[in-house]
Amino acid sequence: MINVSHLTKKFGTFSAVDDVSFSVAKGKIVAFLGPNGAGKTTTIRMLTTLLRPDSGTIKLNGIDPLTQKDAARKLFGIVFQDPSLDNELTAFENLEFHGILYGVPLEIRRERIESMLAFVGLEERRNDFVKNFSGGMKRRLEIARGLIHNPPLLFLDEPTLGLDPQTRNKLWDYVKKANKKEGMTVFLTTHYMEEADKVADEIVIIDKGKIIARGSSKELQKKTKTSSLEQAFLKLTGHSLREEKGEAKDRARYQNRMWGGR
Amino acid sequence: MKAIYIMWLRQIKRYWRSRGRMVGALGQPILFLVALGFGLGPIYAKAGGGDFIQFLAPGVIAMTILFSSMFSGMEVIWDRQFGFLKETLVAPVPRLHIMLGKVLGGATISFFQGAIVFLITLIAGFRPTLSFIWLAILFMFVIAVLFTSLGVAIASQLDDMQSFPIIMNFLIMPLFFLSGAVFPLAGIPQTLALITNLNPLTYGVDGVRGALTGIYHFSPTLDLAVITFLSVLTLILGTYMFSKVEA
Repeated sequence: MINVSHLTKKFGTFSAVDDVSFSVAKGKIVAFLGPNGAGKTTTIRMLTTLLRPDSGTIKLNGIDPLTQKDAARKLFGIVFQDPSLDNELTAFENLEFHGILYGVPLEIRRERIESMLAFVGLEERRNDFVKNFSGGMKRRLEIARGLIHNPPLLFLDEPTLGLDPQTRNKLWDYVKKANKKEGMTVFLTTHYMEEADKVADEIVIIDKGKIIARGSSKELQKKTKTSSLEQAFLKLTGHSLREEKGEAKDRARYQNRMWGGR
Repeated sequence: MKAIYIMWLRQIKRYWRSRGRMVGALGQPILFLVALGFGLGPIYAKAGGGDFIQFLAPGVIAMTILFSSMFSGMEVIWDRQFGFLKETLVAPVPRLHIMLGKVLGGATISFFQGAIVFLITLIAGFRPTLSFIWLAILFMFVIAVLFTSLGVAIASQLDDMQSFPIIMNFLIMPLFFLSGAVFPLAGIPQTLALITNLNPLTYGVDGVRGALTGIYHFSPTLDLAVITFLSVLTLILGTYMFSKVEA
């Protein structure tokens, strides 16, 4: 479903993504695991036509998102890491806007919107303006929106950041079910070890723009002769996932979201 | 096609919900109408020009549309700042449709603002001939499309909120003052005439004025041809620039 080879993106002299190659088979759930600033989001932005790579090739189900942008966009859905809702519209209007943009027919659209609103527990707030929502509610609405249409390929960029544990569990249950039932391929990024461990068929460890290792959680543990994914990560990258630097950035990001999601 | 509609609808909803913006945007045209219209009116009459409000009102209507249209590009910058731009950029919709939706949305709002100012000019004493009102409406809408496209095109190339209004003011002021909106083009110095002839708004102002008062500097055909051509050109250019936007 996803084929990436020698993907590189530099910002100035800083290599955000440095000669990255990987592939994701159809119907798999693959997690990009790495600390903040490892290049996870930059990779997703390049895969989803939002950012042009400096070099390297990408194929999504055989389609090149650099040259056949619209064809590629028809293929995937995405939940962004950063806020991307229209604050001046209501929850319902945000979902409706998305549904129409993605060409979901009216009846299915209404049904999906209702079920997704119920899914994230926002059905009572459907006609409230998003600007009056709390950070957590906005986050839940973003998740709901990303799932309105059923794409064959779903990108989830740190979907659970700032999400309550209950919705977090529901989300992963949903993703697993959609993956099993409809064969939806899922590419997610996270810096939560236990999520990658629990959800992903395969984990790709990325650090400083480079892929360090890949395999299932078991394989990674076996390879490093450790007994948990956390220890495997430590051994592979030489540092723990949440270092001081990452934490500060994480906090700042979280605070941003709290202060009106800007 | 539905994408165009929903992009358009989103902007109309946002506009309708911010009444402050609606009212605030009327301040400047009213100021021009009062200060210039009534201030210079007596001199204009003394020089044998007749009623200055008759001359100025179409110019002020065109000005309202120019300002409102150019600044609707601000929405793109706003969307980028609040992250919503990403949502539209990854949508499986041709960029031309997104651009058309944005432009038609912005142009509708600007047209509406222009229509409100038109009503205000009536209160101020403007007495148009109404037999060609449809032509005036057409001119107003094409002006709105032209400058909204331009505003969006410029906004798509900028990513900070501060520079956009500065660049806009830098463009809008000469466009407005050198368009024949506030002074008659007949008998002006040759250099100035050259500049006004290169200004797209000149043809828009002339079209609106001609349709409402019957007095053209050029001709309705030329006016309409020039601004329609430029509208399409800017729209295509804007679509191209917008398609290159990264987020």
